[in-house]
Amino acid sequence: MSTPLLIVQTLNGLQLGVLLFLIAAGLTLVFGVMDFINLAHGVQYMLGAYFAVMFYGLTGSFLAALVLALLASLAFGLALEFAVFRHLYDRDHLDQVIATFGVIMFLNQGVKVAWGASPLSLPIPDAFSGSVVLMPGLLYPVWRLVIIGSGIAVAIVLYLLVSKTRVGMLVRAGASNAAMVSALGVNIRRLFMIVFGFGAMLAGFAGIMIAPILSVEPGMGDTILILAFVVIVIGGIGSIRGALIAALLIGLVDTLGRSFAVDILRLFMAPSPARTVGPAIASMLIYLLMALVLYIKPSGLFPAKGR
Amino acid sequence: MAIAAAAPRARRIPVGDLAAAAIFVVLALVPFAARLGAEGYLLALVTRAMIFAIAAIALDLIVGYGALVSFGHAAFVGIGAYAVGILAASGITDALVALPVALAASALFALVTGFVCLRTRGVYFIMITLAFGQMAFFTASSLAPYGGDDGLTVQARNAVAGLGLMRSDGGLYYIAFALLLGTYALCRALVASRFGRVLRGARENTTRMAAVGFEVFRYQLVAYVISGALGGLSGFLIANATNFVSPAYMSWQRSGELIIMVIMGGLGTLYGAIIGAVVFVLAEEWLANLTDNWKMIFGPLLILLVLFARGGIAGLVGTLAERRRG
Repeated sequence: MSTPLLIVQTLNGLQLGVLLFLIAAGLTLVFGVMDFINLAHGVQYMLGAYFAVMFYGLTGSFLAALVLALLASLAFGLALEFAVFRHLYDRDHLDQVIATFGVIMFLNQGVKVAWGASPLSLPIPDAFSGSVVLMPGLLYPVWRLVIIGSGIAVAIVLYLLVSKTRVGMLVRAGASNAAMVSALGVNIRRLFMIVFGFGAMLAGFAGIMIAPILSVEPGMGDTILILAFVVIVIGGIGSIRGALIAALLIGLVDTLGRSFAVDILRLFMAPSPARTVGPAIASMLIYLLMALVLYIKPSGLFPAKGR
Repeated sequence: MAIAAAAPRARRIPVGDLAAAAIFVVLALVPFAARLGAEGYLLALVTRAMIFAIAAIALDLIVGYGALVSFGHAAFVGIGAYAVGILAASGITDALVALPVALAASALFALVTGFVCLRTRGVYFIMITLAFGQMAFFTASSLAPYGGDDGLTVQARNAVAGLGLMRSDGGLYYIAFALLLGTYALCRALVASRFGRVLRGARENTTRMAAVGFEVFRYQLVAYVISGALGGLSGFLIANATNFVSPAYMSWQRSGELIIMVIMGGLGTLYGAIIGAVVFVLAEEWLANLTDNWKMIFGPLLILLVLFARGGIAGLVGTLAERRRG
């Protein structure tokens, strides 16, 4: 366990945390404001990546691909909301789980039909390729820093949107008591649509940003979706601040756990059992963390007020 | 709502019991019908359906009667299956050992996780059971001595007290049948008992039940443990039926499929879970033969099911039966 490795893994953890935040932010709002479980949120992340690959193939420019893929993610999110989700807002959670599960099945298979089952890739834009020297003998890929930076930027923009604008005020009010907001004469259906489209676009953005360093393949959204759920449950449903803190926490714990579990266990175990037990414990860490948080605070670290 | 559990009216057998009786008669006769046609194939398919039906009934017990939507039930199935696999890998191949171990292991996992999960409500409960399911999944994936991601092959089906009762496909079929019947009878009795009424009372209004003087948490925990153990029973059978154990048994998609079976058949009816499991397995098989992209058909079907067929198949049966009786 050396210092450079620790720094690199901490940065990797931050990068995963930022990515999780981008996905969890939309999820927690949709959850908090509409009381709607959207399992298909991970699919929107996957679609963002696929759209980026497709538009990059058409235009040859990453920037154009980014803008077009964002618009496509937004349009697709709104289309899904219109076709399926808005009929489910009044239903119980079980119905929402099943219907959005159906959406996942359809779209995971759909991208296989449209783009093939084999993984695709997206090149890192030239301006950000290569690595940067953080300290002597320590290189770090620039693109990962770009992901961290853009995630922090989105967090700031979201904070300003939610705490300083009128729509943001309505969103916060909706997360506390949607029925009351509706009774006060706000068109709650339109608010739902805005939140939904915005969440879909954020998830798409996460998919676009991660596409250059991950293989783009069907089902890539499923694993990250579960992590995003862990994030919003730890953070408290409906809370953007909670989502940010929990996302960074999960990103760091997961990455550092995987890197150093074996080393730490070897301090008080023989090397061979440590190598067997280490990975198992590392993959359980975040779920144990979640269990611990929920045991102490059953509605997360920062529950939205009024729930 | 809960047809099977409705208080019996004078000299009327509840619709649910009639439906359940009909289902079990049909299932008992399947091996005879299978002899006429493609026997091995049909037998294996229905065995698989019955094994899932056990897990689906277990899930219906807590979802349908306790409103505890567990999204990690595949973990119990997986733990039961791994009990068989790991015991077989260390040379213990008798069901008299494997079955109790499978039940105990999954019940213990349910006890520990239930203790945490049941402190939460609603959406949080769904998510935390999902997370524990994933935890079991990743733990199984990192079990390098037992195949890790690839899973492990079980050399032969368990003997039963040294006898090869499960060795033939027909034998396995009837053992699965008997265990399914036992599972249904147990859950049916539980639901009709005082225990079941407390569980349902807590579903309607937890605070009121607590005010009346019941320790709701304890009842729900017991129900959760029973449900988990029955999931383990299903896993014990599936390891024996497929001679293979893998983390895929615990994937969250599998948990989702179990929920779909319960909803499709009709929530809170128990016999609906059997119908749901059979319909799900047969539909999956049929669509997969039809086209490689069967999921593109199945997905939208699920959405339509939710939007237009509330109460599932059992709901439909119940409505028709009530209408005929006037």
